[in-house]
Amino acid sequence: MNEMIVMNEVSKVYTIGGENVHALNKASLSIRDGEFVSIIGPSGSGKSTLMNIIGCLDTPDSGEYVLDGQSIRAYSEKQLAKIRNKKIGFVFQSFNLLAKLTAEENVELPLIYQGTGYSERKKRVQEALERVELTARRHHKPTELSGGQQQRVAVARALVTRPSLLLADEPTGNLDSKTSVEIIRLFHELHKSGNTIVLITHDNEVAKQAKRILHINDGKVTEVA
Amino acid sequence: MFVQSLKMAMKAISGNKMRSFLTMLGVIIGVIALVVLVSLVSSATDSITDQVSSLGNNLLSVSIMDDKENPLKLSEMSDISGDGEIDLVSPLAQANSAVKTGYADETATVYGIYPSYFEIQSLALDSGRMLKTADVENSCYVAVISYKGAEKMFGKTDAVGEKITVGGRSIMIVGVLQEDESMMSMFGSDISLYMPYTVVTRITGQGTAVNSFYASSVNTESMDDAETALENMMLKRFKGDSDAYSIVNQSSLMDTMSSITGILTVLLGGIAAISLLVGGIGIMNIMLVSVTERTREIGIRKAIGAGHGTIMLQFIIEALVLSLLGCAIGIALSWGIIELVTLVAGDTITFTMSASVVGIAVAFSVGIGLIFGIYPARKAAKKNPIEALRYDG
Repeated sequence: MNEMIVMNEVSKVYTIGGENVHALNKASLSIRDGEFVSIIGPSGSGKSTLMNIIGCLDTPDSGEYVLDGQSIRAYSEKQLAKIRNKKIGFVFQSFNLLAKLTAEENVELPLIYQGTGYSERKKRVQEALERVELTARRHHKPTELSGGQQQRVAVARALVTRPSLLLADEPTGNLDSKTSVEIIRLFHELHKSGNTIVLITHDNEVAKQAKRILHINDGKVTEVA
Repeated sequence: MFVQSLKMAMKAISGNKMRSFLTMLGVIIGVIALVVLVSLVSSATDSITDQVSSLGNNLLSVSIMDDKENPLKLSEMSDISGDGEIDLVSPLAQANSAVKTGYADETATVYGIYPSYFEIQSLALDSGRMLKTADVENSCYVAVISYKGAEKMFGKTDAVGEKITVGGRSIMIVGVLQEDESMMSMFGSDISLYMPYTVVTRITGQGTAVNSFYASSVNTESMDDAETALENMMLKRFKGDSDAYSIVNQSSLMDTMSSITGILTVLLGGIAAISLLVGGIGIMNIMLVSVTERTREIGIRKAIGAGHGTIMLQFIIEALVLSLLGCAIGIALSWGIIELVTLVAGDTITFTMSASVVGIAVAFSVGIGLIFGIYPARKAAKKNPIEALRYDG
């Protein structure tokens, strides 16, 4: 199987209050296409930085990061936006849906940014909403949906562009245990149908759901057997 | 992408109606100020210009300021009209005088003139006859009265043959002028009596010296030549002293007037443009607030693939829609106000919305939307997606 993510001695240094903080310190990891991996680590471990770099929201100071065969270097803001749009589907802890748009419009948004035509857009949105079983509530706004439903809309939005990678940042963090199970089950289904999923969490129980667990601490990534 | 940005802008604007309206209010007021003020001034200018030019564009009026103890005599009038460039000449003796009939007791403006005066001033008869040269030569006690004057003094307009007492002398009305519907009728008294020059000078006791007279050129085109000819004649008559008299050219009067109203238009337009500018600053202010409030939205949009340009476009279009919507509402309201003013003003002046000022208002609004939209839009587009996603507003 192909490598979806390859990180080779990636470092990221932030300067906070005149002090250099090594958020990532020569971190290396590799994730293959179709894998379901969770990355676990306490707060302050460099987890967020790792996610930002995997999600192309940020670029490494040194080291190499290859996503789906494409080396991510110090690209311009515009190029990074394009890569995010095409290759990555984000699922956030706080759902991050646009409150003024309906479920359907939220799901449609990445396709609009891609410049997809109207009929193709409608078809793909319909597909994505069917996938998360929310077709019936597609005209509702986020505030009219339950937490679990909102997160399913977010998953549909992540899926609609058929990304190389589904990147979930504490996707169950704002949900009760029952809906958490539902969302995790949805991830399992997506994994079965061939999606590569990276789940970032601090919760051991959630992390165990994945086939493979990576541990991050002090800016270094280690495999958990 | 443009259409989508427009849709998003409309959503953002309609999602916060009160704030959007208040933001637009600045532009609305600015546009109303600009369109209404400039339209009113230019309409008024057009009307006045029309009125003045209907008085005759070939009119020269001469006042003698200092006769150097050698006053202009009535007999000299024919010398002036004898010149090739000058067509008609009429001396003018004007006085306010108490007039009395069995019906009313009023003050009238009395004009002592030659018959040619009616032609120079383009006055037309409603009934009766004009003054004749014989009336002047024989100092006949006859008069032509204005339409309104006839109504006031006799209670009727067919006043021909009636008697009126002017300065203690009984004068017979021989003609009634047509009603003066021009705006100029608003100035001066309604009651005008036109009488032979010789009669008026006798009644007022001012002697036969001519202190002021009207002349007309052969046609409008030869106006300047006529003025030059008259100037030369006067200069010669008063031994080279150009301060002894003054010649007023109707068309130069109009030029002066139009340059004054031009300045007025620019001045009012400028003040209105400043209020539009203030409206633009209001837009920028609200856009800046909006960008901060929507930091998280911007973060989400960036995370799912909106680039710098896309975010920028969205916010610029939002600013543009705000300013253009304000402009459209302003123009609609201006139209209403101008219609209302026209209604109130009656038929003396027709106020119309000036198409060019509407164009300027639209162009100005677009400019303001762009100029005051760019800064907030850049601020939005430059936001770091990671920080923006973390923003808790």
